[in-house]
Amino acid sequence: MHTELELTCILCPMSCTLKVSISDAGIDVRGNQCAKGVEYAKQEVTNPVRHVMTVVRVRGGDIPTVSLITSKPVPKNCIERVMEATAYVELEAPIELGQVVIKDVCGTSLVATRRVRKAT
Amino acid sequence: MSNLIEERYDVVVIGGGPAGIAAAIRATELGLKTILLENRDVLGGIPLQCVHPGFGLHYFKEDLTGTQFIHRFFERMERIGVEYITSAHVHSIEYRDYMEKVVNTITRKGVLRLYSKTIIYTVGARERTLFEIGVVGDRPDGIYTAGEAQTMMDIYGVLPGKDVVIIGSGDVGLIMARRFALEGARVKAVIEIMPYPGGLMRNVVQCLRDFNIPLLLSHAVISIAGKKRVEKVTVVKVDEGFRPIPGTEFEIACDTVVIAAGLRPNIDLLERLSIAIDPATGGPMVNELLETSIPGIFVAGNALVINDLADYVVEQGEKAAEGAKIFIENSGIPAEEWKPVKRGRNIRLAIPHYISGERSVTILARVAKPEQRVFVEVPEVGYKTFHMAVRPAEMIRLDLSKDALSKAEKSVTIEVKPIAYRA
Amino acid sequence: MHRYRVAIVGAGIIGASIARILSMYENIDVSLIEKEPDVGWGVSKANTAVIHPGHEEDPKSYPLRARLCKEGNELWREWVRELDIPAKWPGELMVFTSDEEEKAAEKYIEFAKVNKVPGVRVVYREELRALEPTVNPDALGAVYAPTAGMISPMEAVIAIVENAVENGVKLFTETEVFNVRVSANRVIGVDTNRGFIEADVVINAAGLYADKISNVVGVDTWFFIKPRRGEYLLFDEDVDIKPTRILHTVPTLVTKGVYVVTTVHGNLMIGPTAEDLPVDAREATLTTREGLEYLWREAGKILKVLPPRSRVIRTFAGLRPEPPNGQWLIKAYDSPWGFVNVAGTRSPGLTAAPAIALHVLEQMRSVFDLRLVKKEKWNPFRKDIVRVRNRSIEEIDRLVETNPDYGEILCYCRMVSKAEVVEAIKRMKAIGVKTITVDGIKFRTYAGMGKCQGSFCRWRVALLVSKYTGVPLESVVVKRGSYGVGDVKLLLRGRAAKGQG
Repeated sequence: MHTELELTCILCPMSCTLKVSISDAGIDVRGNQCAKGVEYAKQEVTNPVRHVMTVVRVRGGDIPTVSLITSKPVPKNCIERVMEATAYVELEAPIELGQVVIKDVCGTSLVATRRVRKAT
Repeated sequence: MSNLIEERYDVVVIGGGPAGIAAAIRATELGLKTILLENRDVLGGIPLQCVHPGFGLHYFKEDLTGTQFIHRFFERMERIGVEYITSAHVHSIEYRDYMEKVVNTITRKGVLRLYSKTIIYTVGARERTLFEIGVVGDRPDGIYTAGEAQTMMDIYGVLPGKDVVIIGSGDVGLIMARRFALEGARVKAVIEIMPYPGGLMRNVVQCLRDFNIPLLLSHAVISIAGKKRVEKVTVVKVDEGFRPIPGTEFEIACDTVVIAAGLRPNIDLLERLSIAIDPATGGPMVNELLETSIPGIFVAGNALVINDLADYVVEQGEKAAEGAKIFIENSGIPAEEWKPVKRGRNIRLAIPHYISGERSVTILARVAKPEQRVFVEVPEVGYKTFHMAVRPAEMIRLDLSKDALSKAEKSVTIEVKPIAYRA
Repeated sequence: MHRYRVAIVGAGIIGASIARILSMYENIDVSLIEKEPDVGWGVSKANTAVIHPGHEEDPKSYPLRARLCKEGNELWREWVRELDIPAKWPGELMVFTSDEEEKAAEKYIEFAKVNKVPGVRVVYREELRALEPTVNPDALGAVYAPTAGMISPMEAVIAIVENAVENGVKLFTETEVFNVRVSANRVIGVDTNRGFIEADVVINAAGLYADKISNVVGVDTWFFIKPRRGEYLLFDEDVDIKPTRILHTVPTLVTKGVYVVTTVHGNLMIGPTAEDLPVDAREATLTTREGLEYLWREAGKILKVLPPRSRVIRTFAGLRPEPPNGQWLIKAYDSPWGFVNVAGTRSPGLTAAPAIALHVLEQMRSVFDLRLVKKEKWNPFRKDIVRVRNRSIEEIDRLVETNPDYGEILCYCRMVSKAEVVEAIKRMKAIGVKTITVDGIKFRTYAGMGKCQGSFCRWRVALLVSKYTGVPLESVVVKRGSYGVGDVKLLLRGRAAKGQG
């Protein structure tokens, strides 16, 4: 078996075009301008992962929402499940940067990326 | 006589987004008496509503969300003790003489007259509207600029709509497409008038392809219909001259239209001072210290040129602060033989507009059209780098050393040449 | 003393003006009934905003239009002072560029004589250019009418209604009249979506829908309204090309005149087109590519230099109620007794509005034999919202001292403060507006009328509406729809519920 495909690396704004060939001998990557590109391509053709980011509402804060991101990327097919885990969440201010807000969803957690102080 | 509050500063920074915050931090660090003015009631500007990563890769060598990125600067501000006022609106700038400008500022405590040797102008950009891109039809509710939609969702937790059409495939449009999709809305299509995407390829992949959102290149929304709220848009294919091709019209039902048709530097206050403007960037013309044609007024960030990355914006803010320091120490930028930066083949814009050859300079340039396998060259100084591809969405950075630049006699020219190019 | 209950259908410029005139009388109770959430949202909202001198009305074919236009022009000068309505009186130039057009223009000099419009004369090249340097140098001359003025029509309706309500008029918004009830050949009131409103006199000032109201009563059944659309281009206030005078082309058999004006708020405006629509297209305020292109070409005939097209900040269209043969239908009926039509008041309806109101009163007096008693304490005055815009920094500082909210600028483009928005909300509530809309605030404060068209300030205004009315941000009404569809998790909750169920 031998498959050739083209990917765009999403790790940085360079957006390198990667030519990936998959065969019994393994995965060969060309077109990358740094080593991370090879890792990305291998991950992408075997088990693509993504960060998920969102906001949830906050009561009593100086900003009425807090922004969240997954602590590590999740498999693409988990994105919906991670989002649904935020559907009923409402928090109380204050919230610190990096605070874990939702635990154990698809093997990751959602952490705060914005500080919300108590409204004065 | 008036009894307005008067204060004296070395630097007044107008605009508390990333460029302004970085400028105020750097100016304060350099020992300059500095104040930062912000119109909103919170500092941070646009990154505060950017919940997605992609920030800080250049500056912090880390992948941060916009919110995390700006918090790093908040922490620095607090550490250094930068003076700032929020809910402060600049009414006008008076140029009194070479070393004295006045920034008239409306605040809840009254109007302040801030006398300053220098001004760093970092008010950012505004978004192009429906009317600027010539969309006709009804004007119902449900039409938002991308920035407004982002403020609603990611600051105020309000969902603008359910079935969305996005006009423009710049990064802002792509990012918003993903945000809508993540929250469960249906993004019917992203419509792009150019034959190539306006944003970075990585965003086309992770914001559109991941969510099966169609990207229609060489298409335009020509009209919107709806009574109370948007009901549908009419889309048409366009030719190379962006003219609608008759017979190719079709409709997309939707309740929401998001306009992400590009940004324009917000330079109203500077225009009233009759500052020189570069039609290519829509922002002021500047020298390598980011000083405008009015001495002691510096500009950085998206008010200077629409940047791809907040990292560049921050660098510009710091650069402007260093310029202000030089200006103050020398009672003005020392007279130099300023050499124009010229735009050569396939270069649509380049910043700065003038260089002296007295110091190293980072030039940011944007190509007019995408090309593959090219050299980016500055022939006067022997600069030449290979690029697999250049795209209008991605600024090209040219780091030119003082030594190299000293070779230039009258001007420097930035140009893009295919490998096999014969002039 | 006999009391009369009067219901006016439609709170546009005509209905509002009639309400103001009737509010001068002790023994009239006025109900001003409007189907929209706010006043002036129909015909009054989008038009050329010109107060015409009266020399364009053919006195033979349209004697009423001619008389009331000229009288209205005079009355407006008083009304704008009493009611603090933004206005200016620069005069107008009907510019001709060919001998043919000059001939066509000459007839307006004759009209001016008959209609007694003062100061109208022809000016030629040098004088034309002195009067208006922005004019096309190829222009041969113009008919100069120095009494022409400009107002802000929406603000005029708002000001008039505020004054009328101050003087006892009751405004019913979001109240749609669908029937005029008649008993024993007298009107007894109107049926609305909010119930029956009793009235001895019903005045039909329903603008684009006036024929429907008239038809339910069964009078003058030949009458109908054809909507005529006018499109406009509006430019940023920063463009250099700003004619001092009102400029327009000579109306011909094929085309109506296109105006090039600087609005009272300092924006260059070009328009209108004149497109007759099918009778049922009464909400068709859409713009068209063809219409806007036509305006651009016509403006090129009048102006020496056109502004950059990229500085258009808004395009819009309004509808005008065109009656058969252009004849206004203003009439008080004795069968059924108590009904009054003020219908088909196409241009110069805005100019004539105050005179129409007085004319309606006269008609009512003679047909209904009203015995009216003037109020002793009728207040002719109304003050506008105090604004930060166009004030010196010293004045602004003093304003902030009186109220710190003046020190918080929400709309950068038009320099509108929080205090002005809060005041607008207060005034909307005071006249009886039930739904505080972001658009209603825009018309009162100008927040969102600048080059960013609200992308920076709409959410800030909506937040204040939310705060002062208790409506959640997502449910705040912008124009007719809500700002958002729900909170950000609305759809995810729906999906999660479906997944579990």
